[in-house]
Amino acid sequence: MFESLSASLTSALASLRGRGKLTESNMREGLGAVRTALLEADVAYDVVDTFLDKVVEGAIGAKVLETLDPAQQLVGIVHRELVNLMGPVDHSLHLQTGRATVIMLCGLQGSGKTTSCAKLARRIKEQGRGVMLVAADLQRPAAIEQLAILGRQLGVPVHTPDGVTDPVAVCNAGVARARKEGASVVILDTAGRLAIDQALMDELKRIDHTVGPDQVYLVVDAMTGQDAVRSAKAFNDALELDGVIMTKLDGDARGGAALSVKSVTGVPIKFIGTGEQIEALEDFHAERMAGRILGMGDVVTLVEEAQRKFDQDEMARQEERLRTGEFTLDDFKKMLQQTRRLGPIGKVLGMIPGMGQLKELVGDADLDKDMGRLFGIIDSMTPQERRNPGKVIDQQRRRRIATGAGVQLQEVSDLVKQFDGMSAMMKGMAGMGMRERVQQMQAMQGQMANPGMRLGKPKGDTGKRLTADERRKQKKQREKDLRRKRRGD
Amino acid sequence: MGIFNFGRKDPKDQPSKDQPSKDSPAASTPAGSADSAEKPRGLLDRLKAGLAKTAQVLRTDVRDLFKREGRLVDEDFLEELRGILVRTDMGPAAAEAIVDDVRDRLRARVVDPEVVLDSIRTQLLARLRNTEAGLTMAVSGPTVILVTGVNGSGKTTSIAKLARMFTRDGKRVVLGAGDTFRAAAVEQLTMWADRLGAEIVRGPQGSDPASVAHKAVARAVEAGADVCIVDTAGRLQTQSNLMQELSKIRRVVAKLVPEAPHEVLLVIDATAGQNALSQAKGFKEAAGCTGIVLSKLDGSARGGVIVPVTEQFGLPVKFVGLGEGADDLEPFSPERFVAALLEGAFGAEA
Repeated sequence: MFESLSASLTSALASLRGRGKLTESNMREGLGAVRTALLEADVAYDVVDTFLDKVVEGAIGAKVLETLDPAQQLVGIVHRELVNLMGPVDHSLHLQTGRATVIMLCGLQGSGKTTSCAKLARRIKEQGRGVMLVAADLQRPAAIEQLAILGRQLGVPVHTPDGVTDPVAVCNAGVARARKEGASVVILDTAGRLAIDQALMDELKRIDHTVGPDQVYLVVDAMTGQDAVRSAKAFNDALELDGVIMTKLDGDARGGAALSVKSVTGVPIKFIGTGEQIEALEDFHAERMAGRILGMGDVVTLVEEAQRKFDQDEMARQEERLRTGEFTLDDFKKMLQQTRRLGPIGKVLGMIPGMGQLKELVGDADLDKDMGRLFGIIDSMTPQERRNPGKVIDQQRRRRIATGAGVQLQEVSDLVKQFDGMSAMMKGMAGMGMRERVQQMQAMQGQMANPGMRLGKPKGDTGKRLTADERRKQKKQREKDLRRKRRGD
Repeated sequence: MGIFNFGRKDPKDQPSKDQPSKDSPAASTPAGSADSAEKPRGLLDRLKAGLAKTAQVLRTDVRDLFKREGRLVDEDFLEELRGILVRTDMGPAAAEAIVDDVRDRLRARVVDPEVVLDSIRTQLLARLRNTEAGLTMAVSGPTVILVTGVNGSGKTTSIAKLARMFTRDGKRVVLGAGDTFRAAAVEQLTMWADRLGAEIVRGPQGSDPASVAHKAVARAVEAGADVCIVDTAGRLQTQSNLMQELSKIRRVVAKLVPEAPHEVLLVIDATAGQNALSQAKGFKEAAGCTGIVLSKLDGSARGGVIVPVTEQFGLPVKFVGLGEGADDLEPFSPERFVAALLEGAFGAEA
């Protein structure tokens, strides 16, 4: 659905390559693409405008680097500005020493306040501090029960209203009880509201004034559209926010609201919710969010996840085998299995910059199922065949393997052919870090855009490649020769 | 009176028809006499006024020369229009298409912004044309309605409102508390059921939602209820295992009532941005969604994203949620929706 920004910028800025400097006029088309990308990511309209002005300011006069695609360069500038705007990040909860710190959570209905309360409580509890939750959402049916259940799961005490109908009184009593029981942090779960609801806004203000929370956090749904600026502003005007928690970022929302909220309130985004499980609360990182908003994928997360989930020893062993050129189908299978641990292949592809399109391209093809078939074929081979498929597997063996795996003959042939191409590529990648590998993958992207893609064997050396300087010298020499010829000497 | 005279009268009448009556004499005076009415003092002033007039004329369509009110449709105006449209959350592509259309038809003309808005309304209505479908009801036996959506979109509240609507019509409703995942979701629906006098079928926390759905439909059949509304846990469209769970619920209820579910409603939060497109796609594919409930439309958000949603996925909007009370559910009216969508646009000028 979303064309990746880099791709649309590349076509918009194709004419810019080697043109010296970025000017307002030659960037216009490119900035149009940036603007569409930001609007598709739900960054507020006015925020996009001011933001682009800033980008122009920062980009005008920048030399178009010979080494870099102008599109890449502009994306780089946009990315940097996004990071500047959403940072600096402050993950501290600013907990007080010697007395209980009161944290109040507010937000629109359904933004994820109650869940965020529990996640925050878990994080604080893990730091070895006593936490108490206060259920002050007296609006939504069963909100109190929800918090009570979450508190039980966490082993955290929950102060419930028990018949009290004034949320201010509930908060006051909750804080007093926490002080008495020696909890070092109190988290207030307030009722969700629509920003325009004045009565409920006043209720929040009363809690703010009488209880005097140390920190007030706004909970914002990552899927929020243009309205994010309006509601964030309303909450900030009423309560003077100290931080923002952005929820539901485990989906495919681009999360442009992060930029809108930050620029309208100036308040840092502290945490992000990345799942329904109670531990799914992470620190906010401006770089990752910027990449996400631009649809550039999230390499850092992928790398981190890969490092966490891959078996490091196994990786080292494979690395060694790659270097020595002993890469076999068995290794290939192990590699695929590791990749599979990251989650469905489609999701993994989506996280690699530029691979987003490939993901669209593959579309409904069930990559995971295909992978299962590959495993079946490999499992039907003898150890010798796995070690050296290209040389050993003849027509007869092919037929046997196909029958064993329950696949068509062609599929076995394809695997053998592709493996030859792949093992050559793998050897090239050996010794590279994870980041470089991802870059290498990106470089391959062009070739992969062909749906019937087959990895051929790499072509042999085509001879010496001349530098620009050398070419210039050669040309000079040729012209010299030509002139000499004409003169007839 | 011949046909010729009739034809000549037309252009003179035309401007006065477009203008408020107090302006009509001025509007029909030629450009030259309008100058003298302004009484410029010096030669320079007169020259300036004359030049300004020429500049205006050059940028103006000949049809609008005599109009003194209205706005010139230039790039600034179109930019403002784009801003208005994008702020409704209809997305950059739909906004651009509408702006392009206005540019093609009205560029360089001076028009009443209301005229522009009128043409946009017409366009939006055309885009929303397939959204006036009511609910599909079972011919005999209970009508089964499955309610789905992402977390926090307002499923449970919408179910309460739907139940209220049916009970008000004297129909018997059975609710299925299929959100067995979120803490206290069952309690929340139970409270609503008690308030509304509807029967509720529940399963233990963490149990298979498909089994709860099965029990609820079985109970509805047994009790001879008219409607069975099944709640589901909130899920993001990217969670493929949870999306498959929805397909399973569908299969299971179809075993009891072959045509069930008669409706699979997707609840979309009016504050949602472009991600609603991905939601509609995911839920349509996995759950066979048949329509949309646009919730929380009483806030400041306009819910414009349903314009591309209905257009791209052919999903009709069936109801809009307008508040927290059980009665705050209304059938979707494209006319009223579009009117509200553009409310306040060009407010100062219109």
